[in-house]
Amino acid sequence: MKITLRIWRQANKDAQGKMQTYQLDNVSEEMSFLEMLDLLNEQLTDQDVEPVAFDHDCREGICGMCGVVINGAPHGRYNSPVATTTCQLHMRNFKDGDVIDIEPWRAGAFPVIKDLAVDRSAFDRIIQAGGYISVNTGSAPDAHSTPAPKREADKAFDAATCIGCGACVAACPNSSGMLFTSAKIAHLANLPQGQPERRLRVKAMVAAHDENGFGGCTNVGECAAVCPKSIPLESIGQLNRDLIASLFRGDGRTIS
Amino acid sequence: MPVATTSATPSLSVHQRALRSNVVKKAIMAVTGLVLITFLLFHMFGNLKMFVDAEAYNHYASWLHDDILYPILPHGWFIWIFRVVLLACLVGHVYCAASLWRAARHARSSKYVHAAHRPEQTYAARTMRVGGVILLLLVIFHLLMFTTRSVQIGFDSASTPYEMMIGAFSLENWWVVLIYAIFVGVVCMHVRHGFWSAFTTLGANVGPNARIALNCLAYFVAVLLFVGFMLPPVAIMFGMVN
Repeated sequence: MKITLRIWRQANKDAQGKMQTYQLDNVSEEMSFLEMLDLLNEQLTDQDVEPVAFDHDCREGICGMCGVVINGAPHGRYNSPVATTTCQLHMRNFKDGDVIDIEPWRAGAFPVIKDLAVDRSAFDRIIQAGGYISVNTGSAPDAHSTPAPKREADKAFDAATCIGCGACVAACPNSSGMLFTSAKIAHLANLPQGQPERRLRVKAMVAAHDENGFGGCTNVGECAAVCPKSIPLESIGQLNRDLIASLFRGDGRTIS
Repeated sequence: MPVATTSATPSLSVHQRALRSNVVKKAIMAVTGLVLITFLLFHMFGNLKMFVDAEAYNHYASWLHDDILYPILPHGWFIWIFRVVLLACLVGHVYCAASLWRAARHARSSKYVHAAHRPEQTYAARTMRVGGVILLLLVIFHLLMFTTRSVQIGFDSASTPYEMMIGAFSLENWWVVLIYAIFVGVVCMHVRHGFWSAFTTLGANVGPNARIALNCLAYFVAVLLFVGFMLPPVAIMFGMVN
């Protein structure tokens, strides 16, 4: 099939970007969206035009590297009931002659590096603030030495599937990273291993979230609707409960 | 836009930084918003007293002004404590809203060229901020009219509360009823998203069923407020009350 692409081209972080139109023939409906972009880049290389920069890695929907906004919808899921990453979206979702607008994630906290690639290291800084548990290295403990209740273990597992792609921020009217942050909170707060640092973690991660330039949540729910891993909106409820509860307790003495 | 890699004020403890977070501002908005919704429900119920008779309505109004909590408090004290509390809620709500609005404008620094596909966002949710500003202006007008009586339409300074209501919403002042209907409509839209959002912010959204229940409850409260507030003016305008 033949399609028309309108792609955001931006030379670097500080350059002024704009939408550029490209025609692409011989697109197979079996292609993934990223394979279609590969085809475009081959064509552009042949024409001596700078290829379009976009992030990708595993191409099987589990790494969180890929992600572009397709016709206004992060990962191009639109109204499909199937959650998807951009790499798992296929061209059969489009028709011959379609015009497809492709833009990068847009958020102050995610500056564009080039074209469709954005800098998501703000997420890394939120993780650094508390998205971990502290354990001694050495021999691993026996698998069942710390029992975890089934219900909470399931919730923790669902939250742990977050791949940190940033679609939640791209979809949010306020560019809030609350769904991402709350997935990490819900993951660790529901496991016994996460309890010792639970209160300090939520305070530190929420503070880091705001300080890295993400907006506040207005409980609209766009984030959960585009999440390729179906992180539920109630994760944010868990974050709110944990944060409010933690504010009624201090952090303990600081070591100077 | 440059992104701060470390805390803007590194001297603060983690607890202090968390206290200054957007989630805390949202929690303040939630609590103050729920206080204001509770007030609206009582206000609406009080207005319906006009369907009993003029005597009942005027008596209720004077009880509100002078007698509540008497003799624990002297005559007329409660109303002032009540006004101060409501005003504090309003100031806290507006201050936090402005602060969050500012944060969101910073965060969403550039718009999509292709209009963003937002299947979840309701009209009520999209218009919370603009609606809030309109609401504030209409509340001021409402207070100038019925509380301070600085704007007198269909009544004068000597009118009883009942006469004031009948005069303001009479058929010749149909446009007052129209503005009032817009006012109440904006209130109800604000409550529709605000009610659900407040409970979610306070952590009540524990799962998909809770989300449905809270949203249904929000619609119920919003519709209840609209019907309850619109019954008296519509009845007066069409001469069903005299």
